[in-house]
Amino acid sequence: MTLTSAPSGGLGTERPVAPEAFAEPSYVRPLLFAFGGLALLSLVRIIADAPELTGGETFIAAIGAMSPILFAGLGAMFSSRVGVVNIGLEGMMIMGTFFAGWAGWHWGPWAAIVAGAFGGALGGLLLAVVTVTFGVDQVVAGIAINLLAPGVARFLAGEIFANHADGSITQSPTMSHGISQFTVPFVAGGSFFGWTTPNPLRWLDEKRWFLVSDLAAVGRGFTTSLAWTTVLALVLVPLSAYLLWRTPFGLRLRSVGEKPSAADSLGVAVYRMKYIGVTISGALAGLGGAWLAIDVRAYNENQTAGRGFQGLAAMIFGNYRPAGIAAGAGLFAFAQSLTQRLGTAPVRALFLLAALAAAGFALVLLYRRRFPQATGTLVLGALALTYYLSANTVNNQIVFITPYVVTLLVLTFASQHLRPPAYEGRPWRKGDL
Amino acid sequence: MRRRLTYALAAPLLAAAISLVVSSIALLLVGKSPATAYRAMWESLDSADALVTVLNVAAPYYVMGLAVALGFKMGLFNIGADDQYRLGALMAAAVGAAVTLPAPLHVLLIVVVAMAVAGAYAGVAGVLKVTRGVNEVVSTIMLNFIATGITAYLLTVYLRDKRVRLQSETKSIKPSGWLPSLNRALGWVGYHLPSGTVLEGFIVIAALTGVGFYLLLSRTRFGFDLRATGANPWAARSSGVNANGMIMKTIVLSGAIAGLAGMGPLLSEIHKYGDTFPTALGFTGIAVALLGRNSPTGIAVGALVWAAIEQASRGLAQAGIPPEIGKILQGTLLLSAVVAFEVVRRYGQAAEVREAAAKANAARPGQPLPAAAS
Amino acid sequence: MSVTTAVGAPAIELRDIVKRFPGVVANDGVNLRVTPGTIHAIVGENGAGKSTLMKTLYGAHRPDEGQILVDGVEQTFRSPRDAIAVGIGMVFQHFMLADNLTVWENIVLGDEPGRSFRIDVGAARRRIRELSERYGLDVDPDALVGGLGVGAKQRAEILKVLYRDARIVILDEPTTVLVPQEVDRLFDNLRGLVADGVTILFISHKLDEVLKVADAITVVRMGRTVAEVAPSDVTARDLAELMVGSELPKPDTRGSTVTDVVALRLDDLVVKGEGDRLLLDHVSFEIHEGEILGVAGVEGNGQSELIEAILGVLPIDQGTVAMAGRDLARVSTRARREMGLGYIPQDRQQDGLLLAAPLWENVMLGHQTQVPFARGQWLDRQGALRRTRVVIQEFDVRTPGPDVAALALSGGNQQKLIVGREMTASPRVLIAAHPTRGVDVGAQAEIWEDLRIARADGLAVLLVSADLEELIGLSDSLAVFLRGRLVATLDPSTVSPADLGSYMTGAREAASST
Repeated sequence: MTLTSAPSGGLGTERPVAPEAFAEPSYVRPLLFAFGGLALLSLVRIIADAPELTGGETFIAAIGAMSPILFAGLGAMFSSRVGVVNIGLEGMMIMGTFFAGWAGWHWGPWAAIVAGAFGGALGGLLLAVVTVTFGVDQVVAGIAINLLAPGVARFLAGEIFANHADGSITQSPTMSHGISQFTVPFVAGGSFFGWTTPNPLRWLDEKRWFLVSDLAAVGRGFTTSLAWTTVLALVLVPLSAYLLWRTPFGLRLRSVGEKPSAADSLGVAVYRMKYIGVTISGALAGLGGAWLAIDVRAYNENQTAGRGFQGLAAMIFGNYRPAGIAAGAGLFAFAQSLTQRLGTAPVRALFLLAALAAAGFALVLLYRRRFPQATGTLVLGALALTYYLSANTVNNQIVFITPYVVTLLVLTFASQHLRPPAYEGRPWRKGDL
Repeated sequence: MRRRLTYALAAPLLAAAISLVVSSIALLLVGKSPATAYRAMWESLDSADALVTVLNVAAPYYVMGLAVALGFKMGLFNIGADDQYRLGALMAAAVGAAVTLPAPLHVLLIVVVAMAVAGAYAGVAGVLKVTRGVNEVVSTIMLNFIATGITAYLLTVYLRDKRVRLQSETKSIKPSGWLPSLNRALGWVGYHLPSGTVLEGFIVIAALTGVGFYLLLSRTRFGFDLRATGANPWAARSSGVNANGMIMKTIVLSGAIAGLAGMGPLLSEIHKYGDTFPTALGFTGIAVALLGRNSPTGIAVGALVWAAIEQASRGLAQAGIPPEIGKILQGTLLLSAVVAFEVVRRYGQAAEVREAAAKANAARPGQPLPAAAS
Repeated sequence: MSVTTAVGAPAIELRDIVKRFPGVVANDGVNLRVTPGTIHAIVGENGAGKSTLMKTLYGAHRPDEGQILVDGVEQTFRSPRDAIAVGIGMVFQHFMLADNLTVWENIVLGDEPGRSFRIDVGAARRRIRELSERYGLDVDPDALVGGLGVGAKQRAEILKVLYRDARIVILDEPTTVLVPQEVDRLFDNLRGLVADGVTILFISHKLDEVLKVADAITVVRMGRTVAEVAPSDVTARDLAELMVGSELPKPDTRGSTVTDVVALRLDDLVVKGEGDRLLLDHVSFEIHEGEILGVAGVEGNGQSELIEAILGVLPIDQGTVAMAGRDLARVSTRARREMGLGYIPQDRQQDGLLLAAPLWENVMLGHQTQVPFARGQWLDRQGALRRTRVVIQEFDVRTPGPDVAALALSGGNQQKLIVGREMTASPRVLIAAHPTRGVDVGAQAEIWEDLRIARADGLAVLLVSADLEELIGLSDSLAVFLRGRLVATLDPSTVSPADLGSYMTGAREAASST
């Protein structure tokens, strides 16, 4: 079983990867897509008179919110890339929040980062032992870890935190200080040796010109008030890409998830690589948990709120590559930040966006003569349009489920273009083909 | 035969031992005495009230476990049991509150609605799998979240009881839609429960579901096809099983049974769907199915053990032991159980294969070999 | 590891290699001498022991007896790494390539040029291009393997061993997956390699190809070397006879029971594979009631696809399958089984049994909708037990009882159970693939007798087997398959071993060749 094709029940509904998918992925098309999307978004917010939709504040918040999901998504990737499906990301993230909360309380946010990674790595190691050495089914093991982790966290919290003044069974005592933030000087007004520098991006952003201001707002998101934990997450994107695609270690790691018997025949230590990949996966999830704890300066029960699973979805959405995962995480974060921002206008505007996007897709599908899909897309677009025109408020829940629906749609209609590691989810023992 | 029995018992006992050891270590690490803890837990269970509660709590766990196990037997991971039952319960509660029918019909309607809705929602994942090859683990996880959104949306916008301000819930179902308790029936056979202790009627439904599960799987053609598909999909295919049809039927049926599981709390205790409705039933069902190795009796034991641990943990706070140790017991029990089952299974199979190889005749050289050489 | 090589020594010498597996002796004293800088072919049928031999040479396992000498120096290989270190490289029949990685990534894996924190991709590409050009192994290093055609994948595999400085390259059945043009291209590549001093070992059962390209040929049969010849000294027929044995078993000369009624008919059946390959190439034949049609041919030439197409589990691209006159196009597998299509699978464990289930449930498999196993929707356990006892009794299945799990039985007994299950279900058409594989001689004879009796009663059988005694002894007619095509229909009572071997290996084709 891989997550994106073929059933675990194995009755032959396997869908082979389409030959087109074997073209080396270029960055041109996705970038064009993103650019076009931003232009559309800009158009929409002008029509719907919702300037905050693409305002700098929205993006700043989104980039932050994106980080824990990004950590989890990268974690999912490392595990899948060695062939192990990590359903237990949520549990590992919880371990991360707990360890981070505890260490942060004692020694501050930087210790929290390290401790969070460690806590998550423990969970990863557990998954590795259970699935690689004992051969337990990967999904089952992941679920078991998800069930175990909150109990452990609660238990330990009750013992360690509850006896202190501002601690309780559901919350650790607050950290002495949060993590410092960083703003890029000269571009976004960060300080330079004590001097406040000009903030051209903000100036552009506030002009609210079509597309230019929106680009500036995006720029602001990446350069303003970045917590160092967020910076860490963003830096890990190119870093993990480099590690996996440019180093011998990365090649061997990937080979284990693609064709372990080939790797084995060439001398790669397959079992060891699997352990490493899954433990890294846990550590990354733990870092995501650390981000959450540091963000509010404490461990809180249920802080993770499904972000582990969102990471998994982001990985699929991102076609198992770091840049794509970042995009997926961004999608989830954007939706999340919208549910929190009241104000009906920006959220309503999204439905207009959905309608326009659907129209665009439908045109492309019609051009390719895919009539049933085109009809379906048009229907969805019409629904979105009616909603936009008729509703006054948009329910949080609908926005909340949008990224999940999108992921499901991607899985359903674009699975031929997805390229999961070939051995994802399949147990391997020495001697297997 | 004796070996079979040994193997069957070895794994659960091993798992229980490991979880007890780990929990004891956890307790010792925080300076508490395991002996005190276990004694307190034992004492918590030592009353009619406690036992009845365990049974009541275990019943929906059991049914949910059966729902998940049905999928597992076919090689299908219905992780989405969680959202299927909630959606079903919501719709059932709404429908049930909207009508009034004579008692048995009212209950029946509610149950039917729950099962139909839950089964249909499961069918979505099935359709995706059958037509587009979407793996059901991921699709059900996504559908899980989508269902959370949909139920919340439907509840707060359309189906809520407008008279209640502080929380969102559906209107209460009138008493004709309640499952009667078994206290009276017990009274007829001489058991009199103390007042305030109610043995829920859902237990009967749970038991019947268990029997039905057994009959379906072991005694019908469909059950045979299902088990064959899970055991050896290629052999099943050659024997005539239609892959796609089997997937759809199994997943819808699994969803429907999950919907039934939600009826325990709905019909016996709460009588409406709202914030107080239990939310993690699905994952408990998965745990219990795994503990029970997908067999109706095993799952029953698993459900009882799980519920017992929950109930027993309530008395811990009084003894100065953190009640969360119960969760650790549960979690480690599950983890060590799945490991132990796998280890024992492999060991047992290896032993059987060794026996078989020892009995094999030595053939003449060059006789066609199995796939090892050519 | 050798530092000096004896002058004039063979590149490879295997002396008296013996390798045993549980129940069988795969190599029973094999000898081989390969001159450096030549293409040396090893031919033999299934089960002759070729692949086992190669695995020994490649270091995948150790021989029980015998010696391996490379360039005159004795070697012991503990793992493939040791063999690679001495300059031996193996190109597997089933490619060891990761589809999602590029060609260069696949080639350099485990031996990456550059530093530990950066792969020197440029160096990798340069070396690959250099090897490509030198030997004409043209393949784009940056292409993803999954998008390559089969020929290109094979070239990548060869580059993989050359990259590691292999001087002895072993190819295991390299042409199985290639179309003729690609085969020619491969042979050109191989000639280029030997011109540079590389030694090639080439395992095949396709004599026409072997004669085209080999400098020396070793024939292996039943685990032993039976001949070492040069292509100029033999004809294909000679080779075929060496492979198959000089005498064929005597067929049973009882009266024919073949009737006029057609039980199974295939018309112009086509099943397409990857690229342009046809897994089944316009296959047509008829089997009458009371007839056993034997399918001869080395495994992998379309027999599995044929069986799956008839069963209904493999979609057909063209043509029809008809049973008792009825076109099976829209008939489901279940319906076909219910119509009386019996099936003895070639791999009992993968396809024919539920190992963890008791015997009586296994006896139901394939017939679970019919009496005596089911009454309506309900299983009839008693009926199943009764039938199982009958099967155990009549087919001599050694087991403590019908409740035992199938995996507890030995292979031979499992096979007997399956044969019994199918035969007692009164089939009209029976697909029997290697029906007596693993069965002891006495039981084998009894199963053959049962098949003859059933045939006399009107059963039509499609018999696929590698056991020539079985094929010749039972068949009324022999159909030879090669590369998915029915290349010849022969009379078992008059066919000569050379003829049969020639058709099976392509040394000779029937009049209708492309």
